Amino acid sequence: MKFVDEYRDQEKAEQIAQAIARITTRQWSIMEVCGGQTHSIVKYGIDELLPKQISLLHGPGCPVCVTPLEIVDKALQIAARPEVIFCSFGDMLRVPGSGGDLFSVKAKGGDVRIVYSPLDALKLARENPQRQVVFFAVGFETTAPANAMVVFQAQQQKVANFSVLVSHVLVPPAIAAILSAPDNRTQGFLAAGHVCTVMGFEEYFQLAEKFHVPIVVTGFEPLDILQGILMCVGQLEAGRAQVENQYARSVQRQGNRPAQALMSKVFRIVPRKWRGVGEIPASGYGLSDEFSAYDAELRFGVAGHHVDEDSECISGQVLRGVKKPQECPAFGVRCSPERPLGATMVSSEGACAAYYQYRRRQPDQNG
Amino acid sequence: MCLAVPGKILSITGSDTSRMGQVSFGGVGKEACLAFVPEAKVGDYVLVHAGFAISIVDEAEAAQTLEYFRQIGELGKLEDKQ
Repeated sequence: MKFVDEYRDQEKAEQIAQAIARITTRQWSIMEVCGGQTHSIVKYGIDELLPKQISLLHGPGCPVCVTPLEIVDKALQIAARPEVIFCSFGDMLRVPGSGGDLFSVKAKGGDVRIVYSPLDALKLARENPQRQVVFFAVGFETTAPANAMVVFQAQQQKVANFSVLVSHVLVPPAIAAILSAPDNRTQGFLAAGHVCTVMGFEEYFQLAEKFHVPIVVTGFEPLDILQGILMCVGQLEAGRAQVENQYARSVQRQGNRPAQALMSKVFRIVPRKWRGVGEIPASGYGLSDEFSAYDAELRFGVAGHHVDEDSECISGQVLRGVKKPQECPAFGVRCSPERPLGATMVSSEGACAAYYQYRRRQPDQNG
Repeated sequence: MCLAVPGKILSITGSDTSRMGQVSFGGVGKEACLAFVPEAKVGDYVLVHAGFAISIVDEAEAAQTLEYFRQIGELGKLEDKQ
């Protein structure tokens, strides 16, 4: 496939890894923010190509992983209602709430459906006017334009039986929280290419300056990630802390303006709780007042529900790059993708699930 | 979850917020919303996430990145000889 295959060339990957080795003189810890990048790194063994001094830390950028328990519980409550068709991206269905997951609701007769796009959920609402159709709107900035558009279209088309359960999170406040933590180990960031495709990278300049960390906007294919690491190490070795863009074929400095305009109309910035991390101020989206009629939490009276998380799971430390999955005593023993204890084992983009799938039989080289 | 796949626009219908297109992903056609890429035209490659095009692939930048990879390879070979 064009714009994919040419970024997976093994010989070139080794050449870029050698270029990284040539400029590396000491230990550096670099965090990739996005779960898609984590998955690529572990799947293609990118970390194993790197010199030993470079440690990759896996960040909090998996929306499935960071969706808090209480939102999952709200989804379970709403999905169990007989009048509801509950629509979600497939990877949210196995996320454990306090009592089961969406699959278990489906097994008990709940009408839970997997959709590819939120547009499919809106279509279902138009086709089933006697039912309540709810879409589980999770995701980072990448997914926010899609979810903003369906809410906007629902209002325009007066689709009154449609609503969204919103759990949107934002990357820059998470980066700030990681860098502010006393046990932070991260010295440089690979920023998430598709988040920046939507948002641009202007909001990263002040982060790079305030915390003196290089931030390189990076794509998702193996060569993209290796080049991002090369650029980041180049900055670290030179003592620079700037924002650079590796993924220029998709990301422009100002981002996607039409998408941002619709997002700021439909959403407002709210504090969000991150699973395994806790509440981060101004770190997510909720619906703006103009669109609150489409808020499933209000429509089904589930707002204000709070629950605590399992204490054995160390996903909070994994999500902040403080620990690696294999440092958890439950990893692969009491916690697996079939029976996840927490966030990072749930989605294939979570660091624990990626290690479980690709690294179970070998010791961690970087930890 | 933030996966976005490049595909080529085959046809476009509608306008403004209901601007839709048929997009080919390595030969597999699928409908995508093109409202966020108003300047995209038939033949352009777009990155599609959850049924929405979020950017037009900049072919000149893509070529430049590949050229950069080639130069890194050349540089490595030169240093090996020294």
